[in-house]
Formats: sequence, C-alpha cells, structure tokens
Amino acid sequence: MEQHRADPRPTLGHYLFTMAVLFLLWVLLAGTLRQDELIAGGVTAVLVTLIAGPRLAILGGVRLSPLAPVHLLRYLWVFFAALVRANLDVARRVLSPSLPIRPGVVEVQTRLRSSLGRMLLANSITLTPGTLTIDVLGDRLLVHWIDCSPGTDLAAATAAISESFERHIRGFLK
Amino acid sequence: MIRYIADLVLLAGAVFTLLGALGILRMPDVYNRIQAGTKASTLGAIGVLIGIGLLQPQWWAKLVCIAGFILFTSPVSSSTIARALYRSGVRPWQAAPGVADDRTGRG
Repeated sequence: MEQHRADPRPTLGHYLFTMAVLFLLWVLLAGTLRQDELIAGGVTAVLVTLIAGPRLAILGGVRLSPLAPVHLLRYLWVFFAALVRANLDVARRVLSPSLPIRPGVVEVQTRLRSSLGRMLLANSITLTPGTLTIDVLGDRLLVHWIDCSPGTDLAAATAAISESFERHIRGFLK
Repeated sequence: MIRYIADLVLLAGAVFTLLGALGILRMPDVYNRIQAGTKASTLGAIGVLIGIGLLQPQWWAKLVCIAGFILFTSPVSSSTIARALYRSGVRPWQAAPGVADDRTGRG
C-alpha cells in the first residue's frame, strides 16, 4: 500500500507549524503563562521538532494557507454536529425493541492524497452516524455501514458517507 | 445556575456511555458493537469533560487536551480492531443471509 501514498515533502513552514503546535500543547498542559515555563516550552518544541524532523513526512499533508483555519473550524463544527447525530442514532437503534439495523460493507473513494488527510477522514467516518472505517486501501476506504440499502455502489456510498467531510478536510489537508 | 448546567451535561455524558454499553450488549456482531461503543464512549467522555470544565473552569486547558486526545485516538483504535478482525476473516453479520451478500467479500 505504500506506493499509493503521496505525502508531499514537509517544508520550512511545516517545521514552524509543528513547533507552534508543540508549544501550544506545552502551554495548555502547563496551564500557566509564566516566563520560565514559556522558555522551557519553546526550547522543548524546537528540540523535538529538530529530532523528529526526518520523520515528519506525515505533516507534509498539512495545507498552510491563510484560509486553512477557517476550514478547520468549519470542519470541527460539521464534525461535532455529526458526532451528536451519531449518538442519537445509536440511542435510537439500541433502544428500539426491533433493533433496526441492516449492516453491510461498502467502499468509498477519497481524493485526499496525504496519509494525514486519509487518517482524519477515516476517523471522521468512524465517529459519524452508522459508519465504521475498517481499512484504507489506497484511495478506497472500506466502511462498515449499519444501515446499508441493498445495491449501494461506490458513488452512492461516497456521496452519502464521506463527501461532506472530505470537502471540509480538503481545505486544510492535502 | 452553572451548577445545574454542569450536572445536566455530566448526566448526558453518562447516559450516552450507558447507551453505548447497552449497544455492546444488544448488537448482533462485533462490527456493530464497535460502532455503538466507539461513538457513545467518545461523546460520553467529552460530555463528562465539558461537565468537569463547567464545575472547575481553571482546568479547561488540560480538559481540552484530554478531549483532543480522546477524539483522535478512540476512532483509531476502533478502526484498528475492526481491520484486524476483517483481515483475519470475520465477516459482518447480515440481516437476511443469502440476500445481497455480494458485499460481504472484499472488493
């Protein structure tokens, strides 16, 4: 499967982005803005980024554009709405005495090229109503669907399951 | 007032977790159980974290980190278990055996 992946090479921007994320994580975990904590966090972020640099290939999938944060926020909103709907959906199926499920396995297609993008899409599919990602095979995702009408083909499954997420993810991941 | 909202959110988280447990008991096969368990435990945990955040506002930064890690890792573990099962030959349960079972095989 390796040959299907096309992770773009990380650029200087990606290294800076990684440092910023690590630093932010440090500040959140430290829970304080004291100067010594900030300095320690900054040094750690730089060191970790430099040491992990050669293995940062996965971060090459991050799209560094001014609009990316907007897309990220929109994605988070869509995602949380889907997560809540997924839980109401589970509740409805579990509580109804007849257990209304019609499971099947379908494939969906993705246009995301990077590992990170495909992983986020697979994660999103798993946490949304009635679907569970089983495997990623190149640009196809194998999905277990709890309510699969007979004869669903690739295009229909893609439209129903992954398209809305993919549109948003493509705004900030490749 | 905020105390009641926090209690309500905590209760909602607990209820979703309970429903997930019920789903694990009631579903017919492992894939459907994973489905019910993953979604419910993720939102359940986040509900509990939000509730704690309302009760202890000074903890919000750490709670956001925990929520982020749960959101990112819980579906990964579920997908990994599902993939291991699928590759070792466990096929999904079908409502009507013999009907539309061309989708149970890979490809």
